[in-house]
Amino acid sequence: MSRTYDMPALGAGMESGIVVEWHVEPGQAVKRGDVIGIVDTEKGAIDIEIWDDAEIAEILAPPGTEVPVGEPLLRLKVAGEDVDLDPREDEAPEVEPQEAPASQEAPAPEVAAADVVAPPQAPPSPAPRRRVSPLARRRAEALGVDPERVEGTGPGGAVTAADVEAAAGGDPSPPSPEPTPEPDPAPAPDPSPEPDRQAAMRRAIAAAMTRSKREIPHYYLSHTLSMESTLRRLEEVNRDRPPAERILVAALYIKAVAQGLEAFPELNGFWEDDAFRQADGIHPGLAISLRGGGLVAPALHDAPSRSLEELTSGIRDVVQRARAGRLRGSEVTDPTITVTSLGDRGVDTVFGVIHPPQVAIVGIGTVVERPWAEGGMVGSHRTVTLTLSADHRAGDGHRGSLFLARVAHLLHTGDEL
Amino acid sequence: MSDTETQVRTAIREALRHIAPEVELDQVDPTADLRDEIDLDSVDAMNLLVRLHESLGVEIPESDYSRIATLDGMVTYLEGRLAGEG
Repeated sequence: MSRTYDMPALGAGMESGIVVEWHVEPGQAVKRGDVIGIVDTEKGAIDIEIWDDAEIAEILAPPGTEVPVGEPLLRLKVAGEDVDLDPREDEAPEVEPQEAPASQEAPAPEVAAADVVAPPQAPPSPAPRRRVSPLARRRAEALGVDPERVEGTGPGGAVTAADVEAAAGGDPSPPSPEPTPEPDPAPAPDPSPEPDRQAAMRRAIAAAMTRSKREIPHYYLSHTLSMESTLRRLEEVNRDRPPAERILVAALYIKAVAQGLEAFPELNGFWEDDAFRQADGIHPGLAISLRGGGLVAPALHDAPSRSLEELTSGIRDVVQRARAGRLRGSEVTDPTITVTSLGDRGVDTVFGVIHPPQVAIVGIGTVVERPWAEGGMVGSHRTVTLTLSADHRAGDGHRGSLFLARVAHLLHTGDEL
Repeated sequence: MSDTETQVRTAIREALRHIAPEVELDQVDPTADLRDEIDLDSVDAMNLLVRLHESLGVEIPESDYSRIATLDGMVTYLEGRLAGEG
């Protein structure tokens, strides 16, 4: 059977992405998890992955094409399979993949719905209709051209936006009902220059944070604990290890939050359509500030079951790729909660702003040495202040408080070490 | 500049190219805290040590971190280690 691979929603509020390049070609077999190409988004260029074993049947969106979220990028052949095992995939009619319903995984259905092209007005024709790229269809509508009458030069004879413009007499700037005309997709992909990228990321952060503060009634909790004995043990463990095998304290934080969530699943998931949806796995997103500005929070997958060594190398890898390489689509889309840690050179306390549709963010301040009373004695301890910002629609402070105390206990005892 | 110093500076420059690509080492105050100067967090700092270990073969223990806080300190420390001291 055949189905389409659609433009994934790489973050709330993403409306479209530009195909930068494909690593695959028609006829090629791919396995679940393979990186099949690169899509440019306001979060930067992102490696996109395939979700099932399949064969690439056809590339519907050549490099340079801007494709709305939920619209097809590729046609896949899935061997010997009658049942659609992955509900995220659309079963699109083969002749008109561009009219598939918007992908169900898009967290912004209002956006995807707005991008779905209106059904054709003409009565159904017995002959299979031509394939027209979504962008071409919109161009055709804007130009008053019937895309069915345009000669297609795209893959498999598909009609591209350039074909539509050529058919319209080569005038690329007619009056358009769209507020922002689409850029010409014909030229080779030109990843945005750095200032544009930063401006786009700033806008994306602005949109997400504005939505968060407008829609999410945050409640805030804070708790300070002594990390002294845990940090001593960490130093002990790291003493004889080469740099690459040392454990980062950030791995302890991620692990403690992830283990805490196992007992408090109501903080691990999403607020969608006026209801809480618990996430399947625990994938904390680690907030990473980018040099020159901006922020991403890629997922550390299945954190509860990963060792501190695995989490450390995961953190190092994702930080380097966030700043100097590319993140994977699943890292961008999968976080179920965010952890923001100020590292060792910041201030005591950070109260985070929840990244919608998540329902919580854990803030971890800089380790600070303070006078600390314990067991009737006052000593000098290294301490850290944890905070929780959580969505009051999804839960209440009582459970949030128990969760934060649980995370603090895990960090204080350092049993993982 | 001695050969060892050149080797050390090249290794630092090359390591930072992957971690803080926009940094010009020549413009860094060599006596200021390097992490503050070029805004390295603890993950960047670890990645820097791992890369220096790979390129120079010098394993810097955590207990020596205070000696490599500045660029001058790091160069001197690594030169010393390469020369067989410490």
